Amino acid sequence: MLRLHYNLEKVSMGLVVAIIVAASIGGIVEIAPLFTIDETVELPDDLRPHTPLELAGRHIYMREGCYACHSQMVRSLADELDRYGPYSLPSESAYDHPMLWGSKRTGPDLARVGGKYSDDWHARHLIDPRSVVPASIMPSYPWLRRPLDTELLRERLETLAKLGVPYDEAMIGASQADALAQSRPDGEGADAVRARYGEKVVIRDFDGDPSRLTELDALIAYLQSLGTLTDAPYTILKASSADIPDGDGHE
Amino acid sequence: MSDTTDPRKLPSADPHTGNRRVDPITGYDTTGHDWGGITELNTAFPKIVIWALALTFLYSLVAWILLPAWPLGRDYTRGILGLDQGEQAIEGLRELTDDRLPWLSRFSDGDLRALQSDAVLIRQAMPAAERLFEDNCSACHGATGRGGPGFPVLADGYWLWGDDPGGIAETIRFGINSDHADARIAEMPSFDWMARADRLALADYVARLPGAGPVHSSLPGAALFTENCAACHGDGGRGDLEAGAPSLTDDAVIYGQDRSTVMETLSRGRRGVMPAWIDRLSAAEINLLAIYVYRLGQPVGEGAQ
Ligand code: HEC
Ligand code: HEC
Ligand code: HEC
Repeated sequence: MLRLHYNLEKVSMGLVVAIIVAASIGGIVEIAPLFTIDETVELPDDLRPHTPLELAGRHIYMREGCYACHSQMVRSLADELDRYGPYSLPSESAYDHPMLWGSKRTGPDLARVGGKYSDDWHARHLIDPRSVVPASIMPSYPWLRRPLDTELLRERLETLAKLGVPYDEAMIGASQADALAQSRPDGEGADAVRARYGEKVVIRDFDGDPSRLTELDALIAYLQSLGTLTDAPYTILKASSADIPDGDGHE
Repeated sequence: MSDTTDPRKLPSADPHTGNRRVDPITGYDTTGHDWGGITELNTAFPKIVIWALALTFLYSLVAWILLPAWPLGRDYTRGILGLDQGEQAIEGLRELTDDRLPWLSRFSDGDLRALQSDAVLIRQAMPAAERLFEDNCSACHGATGRGGPGFPVLADGYWLWGDDPGGIAETIRFGINSDHADARIAEMPSFDWMARADRLALADYVARLPGAGPVHSSLPGAALFTENCAACHGDGGRGDLEAGAPSLTDDAVIYGQDRSTVMETLSRGRRGVMPAWIDRLSAAEINLLAIYVYRLGQPVGEGAQ
């Protein structure tokens, strides 16, 4: 009979050390790769950071706890690819602090939801989900019509820049103006937003009320940006499977 | 009472385990601990758990060799099977699509009307079409295509853009007022410049149109309508297929045709957005959905199951 454990249990300090050793193996396997993450996760050239308006929307998403019901990670399983599109790459959320992959799915995954629905649908759905999806169990968020507070945007961009997100001086300086400009397609600032964040940034009056900048504007801008920050996942799917129809044609 | 609590030092103690007095009732050893006369049985750890534990350790050893496992700085042990989850998922997706290919590929091109009358093919394809519709379309058009305010009913046989499956596929491919360059455009301008009295007269006229013929041509709104609206909505609001402006004489509505909703339509204008699906769905899937949607609009018995 092996009495190793029997005797170890009687030496309390020895037991503590043994527990620490056993637990840290699991920890090290998970933590060690993070030290080389800058070299092992390659960032796609076309990856763009969130615009200030999308960033504000992201904070509302976290504030309202949307992540408690929605993941933002298409897993590498055939059925998920079939339903949602290409699986999520680590590089896609390289600029997200914190990332919002999540694992709880009471509602569908949102990693590829950008462009799937219209702004009008999102607005109706967030204010009262059951007005468009009668059987929905998603909560209503009627207070999102209140004005968006852009006060902290500058600090938020600055903080993220410290963490390595490529926000330059001009982006940080213009953060409040850019947030407003992204909801005014005919306004003067729209071109500046495009110049700073790329042609693919969606510039629209998201909540259908051109006179005000609301939390709804920010949240919908964020939702419409999900899955559109880089084309990398779509090219991987296409490169390795030219004959698969799903996900084809994405530019 | 002796002054030591170490069971090994108790009288008659086994030097290794302490006092191993045997419990007379169960026949088990005791641990040697004694709490005012209450003693503890030293029951053995269940064998089955030890075996299960041993097996899991054994499995992990095998897994380390076969599968990707340990981090090594910039790399990791890849395992001799060389598996990659991403590649496996894409492989799995290819198998899924291969299973569908025999019937799905028939929708990639060809005459949709002819396909739609192939009963065997349709029976095979409709469950997949229903799933696609639920995943992508039902949030706006309703689970059965019954629509809702702002989102047109697809199951009523009234079409904004013509009742040809090919045309419906075109709508699904590029969308309406979507971001796509080839999108269909359907814009109802705002008439907020018009005097409120005129707008009220128009709303009154439009609200009475459904089901009525030229009976109302004497209403004050009728002349205003001919002047401002007929160019898009047709004479008397009868509609003009292929232009996206709905007929105002039938029962089908997008936003509503009661007076207050029409007043809102007139003051704000309307520009309903139907997203483009060309980037999300394959050509065959879009054609399949076009036939599915077309059949929703058919009276039961005439094509629909
Ligand atoms: C209690 C869980 C729950 C919470 C919290 C929740 N949702 Fe949902 N959500 C759902 C469910 C269930 C659905 C599917 C039914 C529907 O479409 O309403 C859904 C659907 C959605 C969809 C449509 C996804 C698709 O592809 O059809 C979006 C977008 C969405 N939610 C956004 C949000 C946002 C933004 C928040 C936070 C403000 C949020 N949800 C909070 C449960 C939740
Ligand atoms: C974001 C909401 C939304 C989604 C999702 C959506 N649609 Fe639509 N769809 C609309 C709107 C709004 C219109 C009417 C546009 C207008 O007002 O002119 C429309 C119009 C249509 C039409 C034209 C109807 C006619 O009378 O000619 C068809 C066909 C259609 N949709 C099919 C689909 C299919 C199939 C899907 C799923 C792949 C889908 N739609 C998904 C919002 C949506
Ligand atoms: C430039 C063309 C154009 C003109 C002019 C026009 N409409 Fe429209 N109208 C449209 C289009 C396109 C739609 C559908 C909008 C949509 O689907 O979002 C529409 C929608 C409507 C609707 C909503 C129908 C429903 O089913 O809910 C009403 C009511 C309406 N128009 C009334 C009028 C009246 C009254 C006038 C004249 C004052 C007018 N329209 C002038 C193009 C036009």
